This record gives sequence, C-alpha cells and structure tokens, in this order.
Amino acid sequence: MPLLEVKNLHVGVEDEDIRILNGVDLTLDTGQLHALMGPNGSGKSTLASVLAGREEYEVLDGEILYDGEDLLELEPEERAEEGIFLAFQYPVELPGVSMTNFLKESVNSVREARGQEELSSAEFLKMMRERADMMGLDADLTKRSVNEGFSGGEKKRNEIFQLAMLEPRLAILDETDSGLDIDALKNVADGVNKLRDDDRGFLVITHYERILRYIEPERVHVMLDGKIAQSGDMELADKLEDEGYEWVREEAAAAAAA
Amino acid sequence: MTTALDTDVRPEDRFISAFEVNHGQALNGTNASIAQQREDAIERFSQLGIPTNDLELWKYTNISKVIDRPYTLPLGPREASVEESDIAPLLVDDMDAHRVVLVNGRVDESLSDIGELPSGVVVSSLAQAGKDHPNLVEEHYGKYADFEDEALTALNTAFVQDGAFVYVPSGTIVEKPIFFLHVTASDEDLFLQPRHLFVVEDGAIARIVEKQYSLTDANTFTNTVGEVFVGEKGNLDHYLIQDEGPSASQVHTRAAQQKEDSVYSTKTVTFSGEVVRNNATIEADGSFCESNLFGLCIGQNEMHVDNHTRMDHVQPDCNSNELYKHVLNDASTAVFNGKVFVSRGSQRIDAYQQNDTIVLTKDAQIYTKPELEIYADDVVCSHGATTGQMDEDAIFYLRSRGLSERRARILMLQAFCEEVLEELAVDPLRDEVTDQIRTRFGGYFD
Ligand SMILES: Nc1ncnc2c1ncn2[C@@H]1O[C@H](COP(=O)(O)OP(=O)(O)OP(=O)(O)O)[C@@H](O)[C@H]1O
Ligand SMILES: [Mg+2]
Repeated sequence: MPLLEVKNLHVGVEDEDIRILNGVDLTLDTGQLHALMGPNGSGKSTLASVLAGREEYEVLDGEILYDGEDLLELEPEERAEEGIFLAFQYPVELPGVSMTNFLKESVNSVREARGQEELSSAEFLKMMRERADMMGLDADLTKRSVNEGFSGGEKKRNEIFQLAMLEPRLAILDETDSGLDIDALKNVADGVNKLRDDDRGFLVITHYERILRYIEPERVHVMLDGKIAQSGDMELADKLEDEGYEWVREEAAAAAAA
Repeated sequence: MTTALDTDVRPEDRFISAFEVNHGQALNGTNASIAQQREDAIERFSQLGIPTNDLELWKYTNISKVIDRPYTLPLGPREASVEESDIAPLLVDDMDAHRVVLVNGRVDESLSDIGELPSGVVVSSLAQAGKDHPNLVEEHYGKYADFEDEALTALNTAFVQDGAFVYVPSGTIVEKPIFFLHVTASDEDLFLQPRHLFVVEDGAIARIVEKQYSLTDANTFTNTVGEVFVGEKGNLDHYLIQDEGPSASQVHTRAAQQKEDSVYSTKTVTFSGEVVRNNATIEADGSFCESNLFGLCIGQNEMHVDNHTRMDHVQPDCNSNELYKHVLNDASTAVFNGKVFVSRGSQRIDAYQQNDTIVLTKDAQIYTKPELEIYADDVVCSHGATTGQMDEDAIFYLRSRGLSERRARILMLQAFCEEVLEELAVDPLRDEVTDQIRTRFGGYFD
C-alpha cells in the first residue's frame, strides 16, 4: 500500500517568480526505503521541506497523499503527529532551548496524538539514554541547548537520535550521511535498519552510494531540475557513483527534445 | 505636608517654588552636609532644567511629557492605607528574605519583616540611618550619583527625604536576600523621589532585590536615586524588577562605585511602565574589579523603556560584562545606550557589551547605541547589537518535531531571554520572572 504518493508536484517560492519543483512523481510503499539522489540545487531538500510542511514554499500544482489522505492540508506539527519526520540537511541551532525539555515536549505531543500515554520523566530519561546510545550520540549533548555549538557530525547524529525517539512512520533523511565519519555512518545505517518494518517508509536523500550499501534501498531516484529524471535499483546508484550525473542530463535533454 | 504642583507655570519652576515654600521646614534634614547638597542641587536643577529631546542622552525619551502633569509632591510622611493583603501577592514565592516594604518611598514598619540580621548589618530607612549612623551616611551619601549633569538626580537630591538603607560591615555575609518591595498607593497623582543608599564593605557579600509595583491607577512619577558602594573584595548582586503598570513613569538612577577585587552586578527586568528610564552607572575604582550589567525588557502596549548604562573603567585589570535583551510587542519602544569609558592608563580592561532585541510587530521600535570612549591602548572591548524578528527556521524546526506553532514561538522567546534569566541567581526570583515571562508570551499567541 502506498504510504506516500507525490503526484505531478509543482512548487515555487511565494511572491517570487521562482519555480523549483516541476512535476515530481514519486510513490513510496509501506515497508520500503527509497533513495533520492541528484545534483546540487536540483530540488531534493525543497521536496523534503514541502513534505514536512514548510510554508515558504507554494504548491502550484499537483498533490501529495500520505496514507491516502491529502497531506497539504496539514500543519507541520500535525504532520509530525501523523508520523512524518524530517531529518534536516542543516539542523537549526536553538540556543537557550534545552534538549531534554524540547524533546520531552516533542515526544509527548507525538505520543498523545497516537493515543499513547505521556511518558513520565523517569521513563523519558531512560528512553533518551537508550536511544542516544543506540545512535552513538554522546549523552552529554542531551544536556545542552539543541544543536548549539554541536559539530557538523553531532548535529546529524542528533537528528537521527530524534528520529529514533519519535519513531515516525515516514522518515525523510536529508543528507544525514554527509559529514559523518565511518562509525557514525554505521550507527545511522544500523538505526535505520532497526526501525525498518512493514509499516514504515524511508526516503533517504544522499549524494553517496556508501550509505546505500548499508541500508539497501528498494528504489533509487534521481532528481534533476525539479523532476525525477531516472528511477532504478542499486545499480543506478553505483552508476551515478562511477559516472556522475552528466549522462542523466543528456538522457533527460534527449527525452525532452523527442 | 504636601505641595500641589501648579501647572500654569514651567514645570521646573513648580519644583523650584515648592522647594522655596518648604525651605527650612520639612526639607531640611539634621545633617548639615545633606542640607548643603540640597541647596546646591536645586541650584543646579534650575540651571539644567528638565531634559528635552535636544540632549543627546535624552534623544529618544520624552520625559517632560510625563513630568508635566499636575502631580502632588509629598513633602512629609503620608497616610496610605496599604494592608498586608495588598502586598501578599507582590511577594516572591518561597523567597526567604529580609523584607522591607516601602510605601510611596517610605519604609512601612508594619508591613516589613526584616527578621534576624547578621551582627552589625543594618537594614532600615535612610532617614533612620541618618539618625543612627550619621557618619556612615555622610561618608557615602551623594558621593556616587553625580548631579552635575543629571537634572533628575539634582532634583532628587534637592528633595531627598527617605528611602532604603543597607549597611553590611567588612567581612560579613548576608545569606538571605535583602528584599525591598516598593509600592505606590494613592488616589491622587504623585511625584515621588525615593533615595537609597547601599553600602557593602570590604569582603562583605550580599544580595539586594528591589521590586516596584503600583497599587493605584493614578498617574505616578517616581524619580529614584540609588547609590551603591562595594568595598575591596566585596560582592553585591543587585536586582531591580519593574512592574508598576501603565500609569506609572519613572527615572531610576542606580550609581555604584566598587573598589579593588570586588564584584558588583546590577540586573534589571522591566515588565511594565508608561515611560521608564534607567540610568545604571558603575565606576570600577580599583583593579581586578568585575562589573556586570544585565537587563531584560518585555515591552508591550505603548510602554517606553530606556536603559542608559555607563561603565567607567578608571583602573587597570578589570572586566565588565553587559547584556541587555528586549522582546518588544505591540507599539512598545525600547532605547538602549551603553557607554563604556576607559581612562588613560586603565590597561588590560576586558569590556563586553551586547544588546539583542526581538521586535514582534512593525509598530514596536528599538533605538540602540553602543558608545565606546577608550583612552588606553591595551584593552579588549567588544560590543554588538542585533535586532530582528523571530527565527522562522527555528520555529519550523520545532513544529516539524510536533510542537504547536504557539508553543514553538513561546519557547523561542523564552530561549531568547534565557541568557539573562540564568543570571538571576536568586532561584525563587528567577522562577517567578520566568513564569511571568511565560505567561506574558503565552498571551501573545492566543
Ligand atoms: N526559499 C527559497 N527561495 C529561493 N530559492 C530557493 C529557496 N529554496 C530553495 N531555492 C532554490 O531552489 C533550488 C533547489 O534547492 P534545494 O535546496 O532543494 O536543492 P538540493 O537538491 O537539496 O541541493 P543540495 O544537494 O545542494 O542540498 C536551488 O536553486 C535553491 O537555490
Ligand atoms: Mg539539499
């Protein structure tokens, strides 16, 4: 059953004559993990942001169905409650917002929406310790302000740690593997693999097939100029790694000319 | 005894004639030097006049607008019926403190609960201290708040009657905070001029918490002058919480001098007021001093809050830290002017100054200006100011993790204030201020 269906999605920036997505089609079934690749500026993060509900982007055409329902109707926090999680490419620093307080509020609001009981402080702390350990996040970081002064790699680990805390149904990872050392990369891959089950779906945005070897995507898509230009299996990722994006561009141009 | 200020004449002349009418009576204290200062001060006040916007230091704050009102100028003790039940809600929950309540600038014994003080420590009214400890008062009074260039300090000095007094002798530690609750209560419009003196001697440690409230809707103007002395190796942590409501205006001058190796911190939180002008001045008159100036202003409606600070480094090897934050809603206005002065020869000074503002509406305004005047070459002075709206990337991040937009905005505003809140080292006070801020911010997004 499709968990996510993106149909002919056109997206621009409000008030400005900028078009970023030009007819994206993408279907992700439950239980699947898809990779989304593509050159810089092709629109991958924009798609991720639109899925998470970022208001600065305007949907000009097309639709997004999540579990068969219109996703575009929902506020960002409602999407989180419905189980959508975006691991940001550039996680925001929040000086003065304590990790523990923020995450407790976050976890409990999502739990409440799912009809689960609020966690007590003790339960929450226990869960936090476990998941931090699982994702290789230094427990000291949970005592600080969210992402403040975290290294690039620590920010990425923190995203994946929050993913593990919130147990989403649809997880979108936007270049979470960039800037990670090899241990961290394995942690992230292990974490993703542990969370994979028949009811969840993952969309993993990446530039490297390295992480894909650990998490074995069912499908690999290539985005080019705001469209999915190619889709295939792991072989496609290997080819991109070896040959780059030029051939994708050429094929797309040829198809457009035809 | 009272004098109604005649509104047909120039506001300056009203004060001057009130001074003359009462000359030799209520105005003259027993202390000859204080009496002489009064004469000099009224003279100086008449020369300076009430500040106008033409003066650089008063460019953005129109004080004459709120001074030029038919206030009553109380020149002696007045009956004010303030009950225990009126002040109970104004106390700080769980703050075990030596409490003094001042009503209209005068200590009210029946509402105060000073409790047991360490030996030698004096907490009283300034008038009482003038009788009991004349030498001590004489040694410090009028020494730190200069009225040469400050018309309102001159005016306060001319009319000085009473206020708060603290004396902590050498080497003495006062564990509990000394808490002054200043309330105004009157059916008529009042012009008040409390005068405080806080003396913390060598090696002594104390915390003084001052809170200001109004129990009346009448217009009040409070022209406070507080003088502070911190001796060698002394430490004074000094708070001011301003929440007098929309019909109260004030000029609050807090002038401190600190000696070698001492720490003085002034921390001001402003919640309300019609026009509020704070002048905080610190002179670090000794090497190895640490001076801290922190401020937080939560602006709403039409309130106007102006923080002018002056950090005088006149000795080498000192450091000063200054951080003022504003959150401005509605049509509120804030002014921040932070001057750091480093005299010739005051080498190895480390002076930090920062002013950050979040402006929530297009009607809210901030005027901010750092002023560095440095005559030494081996110093590190940094200053910065930021003004902006809320960080929408941060709001989206929080919402994407399940927090409502309202919660996300409240959390971000609170986080913005956090750096100042964590400087409030009296826990119950910090909790109270934090709660009040949270409630206030909650109201913004309902
Ligand atoms: N808010 C915005 N306003 C204007 N242009 C934008 C905005 N957001 C994205 N863009 C532009 O849209 C294009 C796609 O950006 P996007 O971040 O989605 O690319 P990406 O595929 O994620 O790239 P990368 O691999 O570098 O992360 C870029 O040209 C970018 O500059
Ligand atoms: Mg991107």
